[in-house]
Amino acid sequence: MRYLIALIFALWGAVASAQDWEDRRVFNPGASGPVLRILSSTDTAIFAPLIDAFVQDNPTVGVEYFVTNTGDIDRRFRATPKGFDIVVSSAMDLQLKLANDGFALALRDVDHPPWAQWRRSLFAFTAEPAAIVINKAAFAGHAVPQTRQDLIAALRERPEQFRGRVGTYDVRQSGLGYLFATQDSRASETFWRLMQVMGGLDMRLYCCSGAMIDDLTDGTIAVAYNVLGSYAAARADGADAVQVILPSDFQTTMMRTAMVSAQTGQRDAARLFILHLIAPTTGADVLPLPPLPSGTSDRGTIALEPALLTFLDKLKRQKFLSEWEDAVIQQ
Amino acid sequence: MKFLLVEDSEALAHAVSSRMRQDGHVIDHAANLADARAFVAGTEYDLILLDIMLPDGDGRAFLKQHRASDLDTPVIVLTARSQVSDRIDSLDLGADDYITKPFDHAELEARCRAVLRRTSGQAQTTIAMGGLVFDPVAGQLTVRGQDVALRNRELRLLEVFLNAPGQLFSKQKLTDRLFSFDHDVSENAIEVYVGRLRKHLEQSDLKITTFRGLGYRLDHG
Amino acid sequence: MDDVAISGSLRQRLMFGLVLGAAVLGVILFFAVRSYATQVAQRGQDGILAASAASILDAASVRGGVVDLDIPISAFTMLSTPADDKVFYAVRQDGAFLTGYRDLAGPAAGDGGQARMQSFEFQGDPVRAVTASRTLIGLQTRSAITVTLAQTQDALAVTLQQISRNAAFLGFGFFALAVALSYVAANAAIRPLERLTDSVARRGPQDLSPFEKPVPAEMGPLVGSLNSLMGRLDMSLQQSEDFIAEAAHRVRTPLATVRSYAEGMLQRVDRAENRTAVRSMVRAIDESSRAAGQLLDHAMITFRADHLESQQIDLVDLVQTQVTQLSPIADMKDLELRLHADGAVPCQGDAILIQNAVRNLIDNALKYAPAESVVDLTVTATPRPTVVVRDQGQGFPPDNLDTLALRFQRGDNAKGTIGSGLGLTIAQDVAQAHGGSLVLANQDTGGACVTLSL
Repeated sequence: MRYLIALIFALWGAVASAQDWEDRRVFNPGASGPVLRILSSTDTAIFAPLIDAFVQDNPTVGVEYFVTNTGDIDRRFRATPKGFDIVVSSAMDLQLKLANDGFALALRDVDHPPWAQWRRSLFAFTAEPAAIVINKAAFAGHAVPQTRQDLIAALRERPEQFRGRVGTYDVRQSGLGYLFATQDSRASETFWRLMQVMGGLDMRLYCCSGAMIDDLTDGTIAVAYNVLGSYAAARADGADAVQVILPSDFQTTMMRTAMVSAQTGQRDAARLFILHLIAPTTGADVLPLPPLPSGTSDRGTIALEPALLTFLDKLKRQKFLSEWEDAVIQQ
Repeated sequence: MKFLLVEDSEALAHAVSSRMRQDGHVIDHAANLADARAFVAGTEYDLILLDIMLPDGDGRAFLKQHRASDLDTPVIVLTARSQVSDRIDSLDLGADDYITKPFDHAELEARCRAVLRRTSGQAQTTIAMGGLVFDPVAGQLTVRGQDVALRNRELRLLEVFLNAPGQLFSKQKLTDRLFSFDHDVSENAIEVYVGRLRKHLEQSDLKITTFRGLGYRLDHG
Repeated sequence: MDDVAISGSLRQRLMFGLVLGAAVLGVILFFAVRSYATQVAQRGQDGILAASAASILDAASVRGGVVDLDIPISAFTMLSTPADDKVFYAVRQDGAFLTGYRDLAGPAAGDGGQARMQSFEFQGDPVRAVTASRTLIGLQTRSAITVTLAQTQDALAVTLQQISRNAAFLGFGFFALAVALSYVAANAAIRPLERLTDSVARRGPQDLSPFEKPVPAEMGPLVGSLNSLMGRLDMSLQQSEDFIAEAAHRVRTPLATVRSYAEGMLQRVDRAENRTAVRSMVRAIDESSRAAGQLLDHAMITFRADHLESQQIDLVDLVQTQVTQLSPIADMKDLELRLHADGAVPCQGDAILIQNAVRNLIDNALKYAPAESVVDLTVTATPRPTVVVRDQGQGFPPDNLDTLALRFQRGDNAKGTIGSGLGLTIAQDVAQAHGGSLVLANQDTGGACVTLSL
């Protein structure tokens, strides 16, 4: 059974890579100068204002913005590092590994706090906590869970209400989902209990946050775990229907990172874009995403350090995924 | 007066001695320090004329020794050196005066007189003759109890006459005795001094007689 | 110093040697400290790499013949560095690649799986790598797990840079301190030499006694030579002084004899021409002896003027002594020397020189003053210590007032008077050596007026 599922996902991944992008948009199409090809996991709608401002400041530069999920970004970029100038992703571990493996260009003169960058080649520009997001309607008349324990209790209390209506990332596909899951597993055993409970309720698995939030907004699912709350809130269409809960037992905060491809042909323009991205006035303030804390990193923020490589180890990943599947996929 | 001349040059000693004797002084001559010490030990002198460079030592050593002893005989150093430091050296060692060789006899005489006058408190030898008393050292003349002030050349002229009363002195000889060699003096200058001396002797029994063309003589009565 | 050939400076040489030594030591210190600190830092990184590799090996186990490897997070956490060093790893089972970076090939592990270190380049970065292995024993299987762990050396490079900078500071600090100490040491070493120089310079012109103050051993030979040189100089000076004295004695004594005889002869000679001849002879003798005397005096004064032996003297006292000395000569001409002074006139000067000058001035006055006249000596203290000598002679010839004090110049009216012409020169030299002057003038009433001021 395990092999079958693996096969299905492998085929699906191949199809996904062959198919077109989640989204693709060209900014400043008539630009006389270079065209920056940005590979990103962030929705165009969220990123567009920032890029618009960028091309306004640099009218000669054009931007071609590709959106796909984090796992796909890693595969595509490793396959054709020359094809993209900038990689923006929420999967810190994959980004770090790309940088570790020499795919990132070091920008020696770009100044950024040490905890928010790695080797001056990977630059963080947001700090987004993973959240429990609920459809308000599903919890009408019930206490809103504040911790994972609360959530487990709520799910156990009303299993029929939630059967087939809980969702989280498919960690096998989503790099960000894998990152959150592994970091959660490091933090607390509660994660595994929650996975078992959710697995027992025929949990839906999503490749991408967009789809998951769509389902949550229209009430297809009532609870989404480890969603980027801010991301959900940023999607204006369903903001009223959902409630974002930052669990008070412990938080896992991801930093969105960007890097310049080591093989870029647009070194100067790429550098300008990174500067534009990390400067609070032109970057974080424009994005509808939580900015980096000033000063030091908050507790719970995933550190940009080699430890992120651990869960990317082939054997460790296999082991983690098999445990995860054992917990989630119950016969 | 009794002098001791310490001088190793026989010739100079002879020349000086004869001049001193001519002036009526008694003079002993020592040719070296050893003799000089022997003379000083045996005889009392009025004045010692001491040469500095002697065959058996430095005259200054003798001087020092002499001053260390109880004797207070005045010493005039005869020095061949003219350096000031050397003169002062001699004076520091107790010489009463010094005279540089070669010297004018008149200057030597003058210095001897000056030293004797300075060192001996009262008259030692006086000449009394014809109503006058003369102290050659002090240069004092008393005529019938009256002090008479004499100038140096008058005094020396008187001394010359008193040393040889009744002897005829030519103008030349008197000029030679009275004047040193650094000036040309006409022989007639002596007439002025003879004239002055006559005046001083008016009250005495002595008179100076003029012998025209020959000179002068001191006569008694 | 002006005419000494200077070749380098002892102090500079000493300083140069010490500073050069300090520089060499500073550089050696820099390299030694850096090399040692580098080793320590490298050992630190090696230690962490080895520990990390060991923790990975510890996490490996065999389960049912299959190797199970759960790399502990701490294994990579501990490799975190401030410079965000890259980390590469490879795990092999019996040589077959298991996980990590397939291309990474480190050194072979030592016997018994001991960790071995190696530095090489991986993916374009210089890395430090460790390989360690461990044998896992299952039920039927034995397999060797080998872990190769590599890390870039950016943090180490930063550390080394800091170490280099600190070592450079240390080396330079040492150098600067050593230079300061060298300066002090060089000065201390030179000081006895300076003291000796000082003591030589301060000596009086006649002081040729040996140096007796203790000096450092190295200066012993110099001072010894100096003392022996001065001894010889003293002896030769003594000898030449003795020689001059002896020569003067030998010459002047016969002259004195001749003069005495000539004087005696004059009294026995009556013929005018013979008398003139004898007088000329006596005057020639006087002139030559006086000239010789003044020449010697002048030479002595020129010598002393360069090395003034300044002392406190009373000018009145000094002039009085000269008056006493010269009064017999004045008496001979029935001249009176009159000293006018109100109290003592203290001044600084070389007593011997001033005595000589005053004596020459009085001598001059005595020579030119007419018989039975007065020579007035006035000593005053203000504005400067001054001796004025006035006589009642003819005075100076007005035409050559300016040149009279020049060497061997005699006044036009000096005919018939014995003199060498050096008397006024001597007085002027003495005045100038004391920063004063000699002014010649004629009085309105006739007669010369010579003003010697110091």
